[in-house]
Amino acid sequence: MSAVDDPTDLTLGSEGSDASVAEAKGDEQIADLSSDAGDDRIDETIDGYNFAYLDENTKRMIRRAILKAVAIPGYQTPFASREMPMPYGWGTGGVQVTAACLTPGDTLKVIDQGADDTTNAVSIRQFFEKTARVDTTTRTEDATVIQTRHRIPEKALTEDQIIVYQVPIPEPLRYLEPRETETRKMHALEEYGLMHVKLYEDISRHGHIATTYAYPVMVEDRYVTDPSPIPKFDNPKLSNSPALQLFGAGREQRIYAIPPYTKVKSLDFEDYPFDPGQWPQACALCGAEDSYLDEIITDDAGGRMFVCSDTDFCSRRRAEQDAAATSEEGEQ
Amino acid sequence: MSQEVILRVEELTKLYGARVGCRNVSFELCGAEVLAVVGESGSGKSTLLNCLSGQLPPSGGSLSYRGANGHWRDVLALSEPERRLLSRTEWAFVHQDPRDGLRMTVSAGGNVGERMMAVGARHYGTIRSTAADWLRQVEIPQDRLDDRPTAFSGGMRQRLQIARALATNPRLVFMDEPTGGLDVSVQARLLDLIRTLVNQFELSVILVTHDLAVARLLAHRMMVMKDGHVVESGLTDQVLDDPQHPYSQLLVSSILQT
Ligand SMILES: Nc1ncnc2c1ncn2[C@@H]1O[C@H](COP(=O)(O)OP(=O)(O)OP(=O)(O)O)[C@@H](O)[C@H]1O
Ligand SMILES: [Mg+2]
Ligand SMILES: [Zn+2]
Repeated sequence: MSAVDDPTDLTLGSEGSDASVAEAKGDEQIADLSSDAGDDRIDETIDGYNFAYLDENTKRMIRRAILKAVAIPGYQTPFASREMPMPYGWGTGGVQVTAACLTPGDTLKVIDQGADDTTNAVSIRQFFEKTARVDTTTRTEDATVIQTRHRIPEKALTEDQIIVYQVPIPEPLRYLEPRETETRKMHALEEYGLMHVKLYEDISRHGHIATTYAYPVMVEDRYVTDPSPIPKFDNPKLSNSPALQLFGAGREQRIYAIPPYTKVKSLDFEDYPFDPGQWPQACALCGAEDSYLDEIITDDAGGRMFVCSDTDFCSRRRAEQDAAATSEEGEQ
Repeated sequence: MSQEVILRVEELTKLYGARVGCRNVSFELCGAEVLAVVGESGSGKSTLLNCLSGQLPPSGGSLSYRGANGHWRDVLALSEPERRLLSRTEWAFVHQDPRDGLRMTVSAGGNVGERMMAVGARHYGTIRSTAADWLRQVEIPQDRLDDRPTAFSGGMRQRLQIARALATNPRLVFMDEPTGGLDVSVQARLLDLIRTLVNQFELSVILVTHDLAVARLLAHRMMVMKDGHVVESGLTDQVLDDPQHPYSQLLVSSILQT
């Protein structure tokens, strides 16, 4: 416990001197990278780094925090967040958790808002391709580790997978109680009336619970937890998931976890039950009726359509439909 | 007033280092009884009240409370969760400054509803109608239910704080100068309201005030404090009409002269 709480404790292990060399190198590299901010942040010279960038002592420290987080589902475990060669807000918490989880045999998928091809997702994927030389994929079921910002894949996860969420603000009570000393006490004593005050305010102002992202949940009947800014549409997937779910907040230095098969309940009122929401239309590209849709503008004339936010899910559905159509033609 | 004692205080002392906050205070409070604690600034009234309400750990003495279930509890031996639970169920606190007792960024309804939600209320419609009912009780117009206290006058804020405190039907309410800092006319209306609510809900109240008129109007009994000590206590009318201790005499006469 004390070792986990003490962010300066790096005494475990024997390769302390090697690690500090690697760390010192790391600092140089960070300086290099931040000096050409903007474009490709990871250049080709990253060879010579420890596997997955972080030194072994740091990874061990993060793993201890992860173990503690898994042992206390939904509880925010402090950890000594490291500088990463990318700005906060780019998922430095998630990147550190992923770095601590990766092994050479892993296959990594990185998504941002459901897409594998956004700048953020691509740069994190390239970072681990170069620093860990792990295989990467866009196919959800082929990944053993998935790092995500703002979505859970449509395809159900399995026991063989770890999903790592990037978290900007880990404290669900902060909205109404900015004092950290007080929110810690509220968690410790399970004083969660305040969370419902937030929902009450929502209903009294909007006529319904207007919270659509980062919708607070109760984990295993004990800790109220922020699920990161995923849409509330994804909240049901949090519960009883076979995959290990890990949450990393870099700037706030917190890690928390929802272990496999954990009960997760979205907070609500008896007369205003939780509603994940749905769309009146199907995906304009693949026709899916049960996926999370993004609205996209198609032309300057205000044309718009709704398409799956999970690009892997949508493109593969279309590929299957094309293949089916082709083989039907062939049969005729 | 029921003659059943619900709070027993023995030799309660609070020292701030070498300075005396209050010393060797002993008294009993009955169900539905209002006790006023009066005295000049710095005499230890707030210190005593904060010790009694569990917000400040005393340096010595004992404090027992008989719960709604009839069982006596050693308040000073309660764990923090037990103490916090007590203070949001059977006990309540009304601060002099409403900003200390309200959430200024939450609507009036949310403020009153919080205590209910804190003890498990999960039906929005019930919480809301109960909150609206409480606003009526404290004479706040129904159409202010969704307004934030930042938009309220001082008197209205204080009435909202009282509604919030009473929403889970506490038995024992601690009040520290609840009418302090308000205009005289606003004060009068608030005192009237407090008196009505105290009678209606048969509340036990420990009321700190330096205003003897407030004590006269609300309290059955009173204690006069000076330099952390209780110098005189008794029925309010007796103490005010026939004070025995020289300091009480001075206090009463100085009020009468002004
Ligand atoms: N936190 C503190 N630290 C040190 N001394 C304190 C503290 N709080 C109060 N005191 C001292 O304890 C004594 C009693 O103070 P207390 O605030 O209880 O008086 P009071 O009767 O409530 O006064 P007032 O009418 O001004 O509110 C005073 O001498 C005061 O200076
Ligand atoms: Mg005071
Ligand atoms: Zn689609």
